[in-house]
Amino acid sequence: MSSTPIRVTVNGAEREVEVAPNTTLLDFLRDRLQLTGTKECCDLGECGACTVLLDGRAVNSCLMLAVEGDAREVTTIEGLSENGRPNALQDAFLAKGAVQCGFCIPGQVMAARYLLSRNPHPTLAEVREGLSGNLCRCGGYVQICEAVLAASEAGT
Amino acid sequence: MIGTSQPRAGGLARVTGRQQFIADINLDHALHVKLVHLDCGHARIVAIDTAAASEVYGVVAILTAADLPQPVPRFGPVHDDRPILAVGETKYHGQPVAAVAAETKEAAEAAAELVRVEYEALPGVYTVAAALDPAAPLVQEPGLRPDDPLRHSNVLRELNYGWGDVEAAKADLVVENSYAFPMVTHFAIEPHAFIAAPDDGGVVIWTATQNPFQTQRIIARVLGLPLARVRVIAPDPGGAFGGKQHPKYEPLVALLALRTGRPVRLLLTLEETFQEVRRTSCEIHVRTGFQADGTISFQDIQSDFLLGAYADVAERVITKANYLACGPYRVPDARITVRALLSHTTPSTAFRGFGTPQVSWAHESQLDDAARCLGLDRVDIRLRNLARKGEAFVPGDTPCDGDWAESVRKAAGAIEWGSPIAAGRGRGLAVAIKASATTGASYSIVRLHWDGSATVLAGTSDMGQGARTVLAQVAAHELGIPIDSIKVVMGDTAAVPFDLQTSASRSTVFMGQAVARACRDINAQLRQMAADLGLVANVSVVELLRARFSEVRGEVIGVGSYRSEHQPGHPLGGSPSFYEFSCTASEVEVDEGTGQILLVRHVTVADVGKALNPQHVEMQDEGAAVMGLGHTLMEHILLDDSGRIRNLGALDYRIPTTKDLPLEMFALVVENADGPGPYGSKGAGEGGLMATAPAVASAVTEATGVVIRDLPLTPERVWRAIQSRDL
Repeated sequence: MSSTPIRVTVNGAEREVEVAPNTTLLDFLRDRLQLTGTKECCDLGECGACTVLLDGRAVNSCLMLAVEGDAREVTTIEGLSENGRPNALQDAFLAKGAVQCGFCIPGQVMAARYLLSRNPHPTLAEVREGLSGNLCRCGGYVQICEAVLAASEAGT
Repeated sequence: MIGTSQPRAGGLARVTGRQQFIADINLDHALHVKLVHLDCGHARIVAIDTAAASEVYGVVAILTAADLPQPVPRFGPVHDDRPILAVGETKYHGQPVAAVAAETKEAAEAAAELVRVEYEALPGVYTVAAALDPAAPLVQEPGLRPDDPLRHSNVLRELNYGWGDVEAAKADLVVENSYAFPMVTHFAIEPHAFIAAPDDGGVVIWTATQNPFQTQRIIARVLGLPLARVRVIAPDPGGAFGGKQHPKYEPLVALLALRTGRPVRLLLTLEETFQEVRRTSCEIHVRTGFQADGTISFQDIQSDFLLGAYADVAERVITKANYLACGPYRVPDARITVRALLSHTTPSTAFRGFGTPQVSWAHESQLDDAARCLGLDRVDIRLRNLARKGEAFVPGDTPCDGDWAESVRKAAGAIEWGSPIAAGRGRGLAVAIKASATTGASYSIVRLHWDGSATVLAGTSDMGQGARTVLAQVAAHELGIPIDSIKVVMGDTAAVPFDLQTSASRSTVFMGQAVARACRDINAQLRQMAADLGLVANVSVVELLRARFSEVRGEVIGVGSYRSEHQPGHPLGGSPSFYEFSCTASEVEVDEGTGQILLVRHVTVADVGKALNPQHVEMQDEGAAVMGLGHTLMEHILLDDSGRIRNLGALDYRIPTTKDLPLEMFALVVENADGPGPYGSKGAGEGGLMATAPAVASAVTEATGVVIRDLPLTPERVWRAIQSRDL
């Protein structure tokens, strides 16, 4: 299949690349850029494991094509920390015990980041609504929601 | 250190996206594998035409059963019944009939679509009734079990447990009911994935397994290699819950790697993962006798458990769970008759609770029925019958090893049992008990380095339960060094010593003791070292190591093990090392117009002996409770008439989300330091889901007056029951 040139900013770095028009944003991030922090589970937009920010909005990267990233800014979980140091939101996930197996956590963190960017001081109900598209089978929802509220209080 | 909530080892990598799960491992020049399966439950394979598929650019190999060693190797944790690829017939929806390996995943997918399979759909066995029909097709060829008198039926195993004389038992009240528990799937968020590569005359397998040493054993047998030539690397699984306990496609990728001479990777889709693992469904018929004061007189239990097409470990699930089918109660006379039935469905396997949620659904609902009939309080009837510490509630076996009544009282208190309750609301409370590991063997090597830091080698898998953290805590405590200076290495059969498996909530007890003993071995060596050097007793470890090793350097190596031996003749192969006892209490509000259940408050109490890391215990128990709410309220696999799963995937098969959480949730523990693990600990982490269904259902009954004996308690099912009540 022919390739399409795109110019996409990923975690602050602008890249000019050629991608096949049927390559998903998720595959582009994981397979091309080796940004494997973004996870693949259902590949149908149902579980939230692949959540990234596109121009600041949370999207399921499995439902986006890489070409849709053209002239836009993508932030993945790797883009939140500097030199491997967690930011306050990630710290809150650790402190509250929100991380069990951890497979869903990058998606949870990105969804939480988006929620807090829209609504810096959400209620518990708003956190539950905002994260309802991100499945966690370890069932760590109580702690995940506590972590988001704690990060909110800390003014993340 | 012990009893403190140390942060999760590996937590930082998980929140920053740096944790390497199996799908994140990229080997150079790896081939991508795609499986070919048929859209029906049971079919005879007439012919497989791979010509068009092999024309696809980038295809390197296509395997069907005909391309495998003959007879096609079969494997399984207990019975060697599962072929590497379907032979002659597909036995369940999703069983692969061919595998394509190609240079890219796109090529593999395209070629898999082009593999033409001519097949004849056959009638299948998808229910208990169908499995027992004498005219039903046999799921497994009798030749697979030549010495088994049941080989000409779909009954894999019949179990008969019991004591006393049920026929002679006297009762003032006999409660008789049937209960059903549906097929549900594990749905770890990480789909199953397998990588293999040729390696120095052998093979190396990457698999997110709970059981690297069993995988090693099975691969070695299938390939005819010595254990030492099979290396299994087990990255921390992204959730497992029993679904990643036993091999699935490891033998296939190993063969493909050796056949092609290249690394191969097989990442299942979520839908394919659904088709690989599930909980055993069942139908349980129970007669329970009671005296007028609520004392249990007898239990007469007949149940049928529907396994899949291959036994996997399901026979063991049924054997263990039904051994305790009467629950944690004193039952003078018991008769437990169980059939394990094969069917043309997804092989059922280990799943958190290991059959206990199924049996507790029946025994707890029976107690509630009796309490209602006799006008007794539902907590009181449990307290009256619960075994007391030291009491052999299964005659001759491990006696009650905890103050179980304390757990019940704690849960009742937390749910404010007996206090006035609003109209439309109800409360329920239920208990469950699981036999922990019977046999087991865990070995650990601890290396105390010359700078005073330590590496702990342990074959446990950390699939989210936090074993890595807890084992580091044990080592830090025993060696008296900071936890930050300890690294726990797991998941590589070439690096860590043998561990039987990560299952049955055993790791804290078995591997915890092995690590503690390895550390004590080091401490003994250090004491000897200090004495030899004539150093005073309170010299620090680092000073001692420097004094001993000087500039040449070195390390002190400690070895520890913990075993529980096979007991010939014991129905379980050995007595349970401990019991996992759990109590759940729930308060619900039912919307009678819709049948929707709102969980107002949900409490679990786990008797953990000693919580080595309270935060980890809480996470595990709350997580288990959320998972239990799944099979209680919404989860069930639906099959059509041809055995196809109709609700594959996250949208059609619902699991709990943040919006399904109870308004309030508590995970409490009872700690009496009465377990066999380090510092009196017992296993934990399964209990929170073992009694969810009966507790919630009991609350629904109090709220609405309707009694439901099938799961899940979907709004439709609850609404229909309410409609019938009002007729």
